[in-house]
Amino acid sequence: MPQGDTKRKSIKSSTLAARRLPVVHLRQNRKKFIKEVIALSISRIKQNTINRTALIEELEMTLFREKLRISQNRWRVDPDDENDFWDSIKRDLLLLSTEEDTQGMEDDILEKIVGRYVNEISGKFNTSHYQLARSLVTFGFGRLLNASRVKGFSSLWSNKVKLQDKIQITGQTELIRKLASKGTVIMLPTHFSNLDSILIGWIIHSLGMPQFLYGAGLNLFNIGVIAYFMNSLGAYKIDRRKKNAIYTETLKSYSSLAMQKGCHTLFFPGGSRSRSGKIEDRLKQGLLSTILEAQRINFEKSANYGKKIFVVPVTLNYHFVLEAPVLINEYLAQKGQERYYIETDEYSTSYKITTFLLKFFTKGSDISVSIGQPRDVLGNLVDEEGNSIDQQGRKINTRDYFSSRGAINRDLQREEQYTKMLSDKLVEEYHKINRAFSSHIVAFCAFEIWKNKHRKLDLYNLLRLPEEELFIDYDEFCKVVATIKERIFELKKAGRIDTAPHLEEDLEHIVAHGIANVGMYHAKRPLLLSKTGKITTQDLNTLFYYHNRLEGYGLEKYI
Amino acid sequence: MGSKNISDKPVGVLGAGSFGTAVANILAENSHVILYARKAEVVRQIQEEQKCGEVPLHSRVTGTDDLEMLANACEVIFPVVPSANLRTVIRSLSPYLHPYHILIHGTKGLDIQIPPHEPGEKITLSREHVKTMSEVIREESVVVRVGCMAGPNLAKELIGQQPAATVIASHFKEVVFEGQRLLRSDRFQVYGSADLIGVELCGVLKNIIAIASGALSGLGLGENARALLISRGMVEMIYLGRALGGNVHAFLGLAGVGDLVATCSSTLSRNYTVGNRLAKGETLADILESMEEIAEGVNTVRIVNKLAETYKVRAPITQTLYKVLYKGLTIKEGLQYLMRYPLNADIDFL
Repeated sequence: MPQGDTKRKSIKSSTLAARRLPVVHLRQNRKKFIKEVIALSISRIKQNTINRTALIEELEMTLFREKLRISQNRWRVDPDDENDFWDSIKRDLLLLSTEEDTQGMEDDILEKIVGRYVNEISGKFNTSHYQLARSLVTFGFGRLLNASRVKGFSSLWSNKVKLQDKIQITGQTELIRKLASKGTVIMLPTHFSNLDSILIGWIIHSLGMPQFLYGAGLNLFNIGVIAYFMNSLGAYKIDRRKKNAIYTETLKSYSSLAMQKGCHTLFFPGGSRSRSGKIEDRLKQGLLSTILEAQRINFEKSANYGKKIFVVPVTLNYHFVLEAPVLINEYLAQKGQERYYIETDEYSTSYKITTFLLKFFTKGSDISVSIGQPRDVLGNLVDEEGNSIDQQGRKINTRDYFSSRGAINRDLQREEQYTKMLSDKLVEEYHKINRAFSSHIVAFCAFEIWKNKHRKLDLYNLLRLPEEELFIDYDEFCKVVATIKERIFELKKAGRIDTAPHLEEDLEHIVAHGIANVGMYHAKRPLLLSKTGKITTQDLNTLFYYHNRLEGYGLEKYI
Repeated sequence: MGSKNISDKPVGVLGAGSFGTAVANILAENSHVILYARKAEVVRQIQEEQKCGEVPLHSRVTGTDDLEMLANACEVIFPVVPSANLRTVIRSLSPYLHPYHILIHGTKGLDIQIPPHEPGEKITLSREHVKTMSEVIREESVVVRVGCMAGPNLAKELIGQQPAATVIASHFKEVVFEGQRLLRSDRFQVYGSADLIGVELCGVLKNIIAIASGALSGLGLGENARALLISRGMVEMIYLGRALGGNVHAFLGLAGVGDLVATCSSTLSRNYTVGNRLAKGETLADILESMEEIAEGVNTVRIVNKLAETYKVRAPITQTLYKVLYKGLTIKEGLQYLMRYPLNADIDFL
């Protein structure tokens, strides 16, 4: 990361450049863009529904689900006219089934719904607010941090502690900045917490990167201050409660059209927050396929050049995920075949979120943001000029992946395979750049020890063990942590994982640091040292959640 | 289907062995073919006599030893070289390959990269170290549109223009279509499959059973014994295939049971010949020395035996054959061992 003057300079130049950026351009031509999104969404939805009857069924299903959502799960951000709108849709659908000569009416209803959705998703954007908000965000975050760390009000103006000290960012950010001027950058982070969206917004700004278009959970817009920032930082809104096909297609069209227009875009390819706490091992192929599609369309449009798309995997890491207890319970319910659960809103009150943020920044909880190497859409590495490079260091013409007999052609089955390849590459990268934290290691070790002691129990029975059964000797625990730590460093040598700097300390420190930090603000601590000096837990489910972060490395064999 | 699209780009074939030549001749019915041979005298023979060894070549086949020219001229290339050479050949071809190329290989063997180890140290061989041919192509080049060709395709029968069929397998439909378009003729039927690894493994694993089949014949045994071998061999292939990443389906098709029956019944098969001569008392070294072309099965037995150990797959035929080939067990002893092998359910994989 650039320091001092160079950094400031790069930020300045990037904000200047922002005026010409596609995102801003997009916002200025909002009406036109929205029209295009509506058209694209409608054509996609119609492609997926075989005939008129199927489309009408889809519309009725959407109405039914929306009505159900309104009656059972209302959020504060929901607009007041929601009921009226869906009542009018209901009337239209009724007409459709009773009147004669209604051919084409279903298309009008579809357009009405899609139109509403697109407007909901895109929100409002004010270019001048954008500049202001960007500086406010950094200022605010930085000040908050200083006030809490260096104590006392006067320190609000001190520059001793920078946010960078707490948020460790690794990766070739310089390269990404360069690539952003040569093509379209798509950032693809792992997703653990609603905080991710705020964090990412800040990171993009603080690294002096151009603006990224990205989606954030609608519930974040509940909170006035954050809503303001999110709106201004270019976030569009995603409503996780709406799972109907019309909504998801509209959302996909929005993001992919923006991508095609050259907007640097960020989305979470896992689709939603990792329920289990594992790093994503399966990504949403539908979302990822829009990247391949956009790249092909870019090449189609231009006979010889065609704007290139670069993907950047990002792994985020926390000691603490606010919504962990809720997420893991959802995961367990889902795994136990309970297919439907209500999307809860953990960030419902301003009080909850602000106290959390305050704690988060005052008590100090490391966050790491590992930015992977930028790649082309097939997963090949790229150089500074944006050329794709093969394993032997030779240049590859990315265009060739999309052509047959000398011309670009549209082959969806081929792109499906490419999407799979990209997905595999991203998953591999997420694991490689993931930085193991002390808290993950202690959680992993404790859970695996208990699992081993109760080998005959399946997961659900294990999680139901009474607290009296859950004790580990401190010395025994340290031994296991030492083994796992050693193994992690071996994996690191082989390039399969990364570690946080605090893992360089001696064993006792690591164990203490890990126990102190793992899920530190939960009411029930996932791991703690009892008065008798034994390791114990107050919430095994949540411990399981933090343990899962180190799944997929084959570490359990060593316990 | 006769001549069509002859004006299209030529098709490349790498390797002028008996199968490579047979493939070149089939392709030449629909397209111009550039046949690559490593040895200068083979290229000269192709160019001057329109022959490869004793086999006359179709008039649309031309020979070359220039990989760059071949890669530039052809969009579709069929590598048909022994598994031990494929990596080297692809490596030399790699600088001239582009992501638009389609490679459909016809090699029925495995590639092995032994992990670094101390002398005397026991190595656990896993899928990480053993690659199918399509995986080698992916590793060594930028080509992604990769496929394989497998099925009951005894080279001598193909050259004799007898009717036959094959399977083209690839993750990419366009590769399957392209393979079908190029290979199909009145005498040659082409099926498609999406299970690339499964179909590759069929071709690889059946060679083991073919050696055993030759051995049974060498012992003078009849059709009951062969039928027993083929059906139990099939089950063993399925177990191994599943452990190595294939689906059961491929093994029940033309590339699986089809190829297995052909290779186990035909004296034309090289692997069969190895088994046959072993049973008649020759040593492995003598047999290999006197053979013109490589019998892939011999090496496959060694690799698959190790893999079966790693993945804890019951593979009595492979394991016994390994002992016969490398540990001095006689064919007769091996057979006795197999006949005493504890019984299990006939079919338990469906």
